[in-house]
Amino acid sequence: MGKIKGAIVINEERCKGCDLCAVACPLHLIAPSGKVNHRGYPYVVQDDAEGRCTGCTACAIVCPDGCISVYRVKSE
Amino acid sequence: MTRNEIIAPENLVYHKPTLMNDNHMHYCPGCSHGVVHKLVAEVIEEMGLTDHAVGISPVGCSVFAYNYIDIDWQEAAHGRAPAIATAIKRLWPDRLVFTYQGDGDLACIGTAETIHALNRGENITIIFINNAIYGMTGGQMAPTTLLGQKTSTCPYGRQADLHGYPLKITEIAATLEGTCYVTRQSVQTVAAIRKAKAAIRKAFENSMNGRGSNLVEIVSTCSSGWKLTPVEANKWMTEHMFPFYPLGDLKDTTIE
Repeated sequence: MGKIKGAIVINEERCKGCDLCAVACPLHLIAPSGKVNHRGYPYVVQDDAEGRCTGCTACAIVCPDGCISVYRVKSE
Repeated sequence: MTRNEIIAPENLVYHKPTLMNDNHMHYCPGCSHGVVHKLVAEVIEEMGLTDHAVGISPVGCSVFAYNYIDIDWQEAAHGRAPAIATAIKRLWPDRLVFTYQGDGDLACIGTAETIHALNRGENITIIFINNAIYGMTGGQMAPTTLLGQKTSTCPYGRQADLHGYPLKITEIAATLEGTCYVTRQSVQTVAAIRKAKAAIRKAFENSMNGRGSNLVEIVSTCSSGWKLTPVEANKWMTEHMFPFYPLGDLKDTTIE
């Protein structure tokens, strides 16, 4: 059975750190980075060292600023 | 499979709509406007109306909507967006004409224009962002402010005997003969966002098919005006706004 693997790319300069994606992620893989971007907003990062992200797009759909691109692949 | 192998153009499943440009949005963090902008851009893209869409931007937080979505826009005087939309739709009947208004613009200063445009059955769509407060000017009481809700101009909470009752403009619109589709949606969860997108699409299709006027109310948050974090604002909206502004379709004449 194939396994679905996903990855997200967060546009850190566009992110405003509202944390809505962190709440929306069913696996709680997104968290504040503790850093701020050039506009002064604390941006979020995905912490997915184990590769658990499934690319469900929930984080990207709730993102008000369209910062998140989602990639998904079905591996054999 | 490594992360770098997954991030390839052929595996891209979701990204910012191409109609939305790279300008930084001036909205506060977590503002519902951004989500609704995305939905509008997605629906216009999916309907193939990129060159045939005209938006009317209001006065309010979304006054700069024309900076973010690459379609034709017309700025309207405060509250007069439905009147401008009427003119544009009558001059260009083949265009998708919609207004994008907040509650201060639509439900207060623009009540007359809104109700008459809807009652005339103009083939336009009104997207109504209801966050129960005047966001841009500093969180003053709006006609849609809930009873008991504290704002900068009613610091002890809105009182019915002093300030009157919150105005349910969508319920009024549902009673008008000219309206085709009147609905109230929200954008606080993924499921709600999908429903809101379907509602916006249906409203746009109705206005292109000449079925009458359409009103899509989006119950939204104003984390700055409510003095809450975006996550808390979503919770507050679910607990306090939804009992008074219940979600769902209020009128749909396309279903016989």
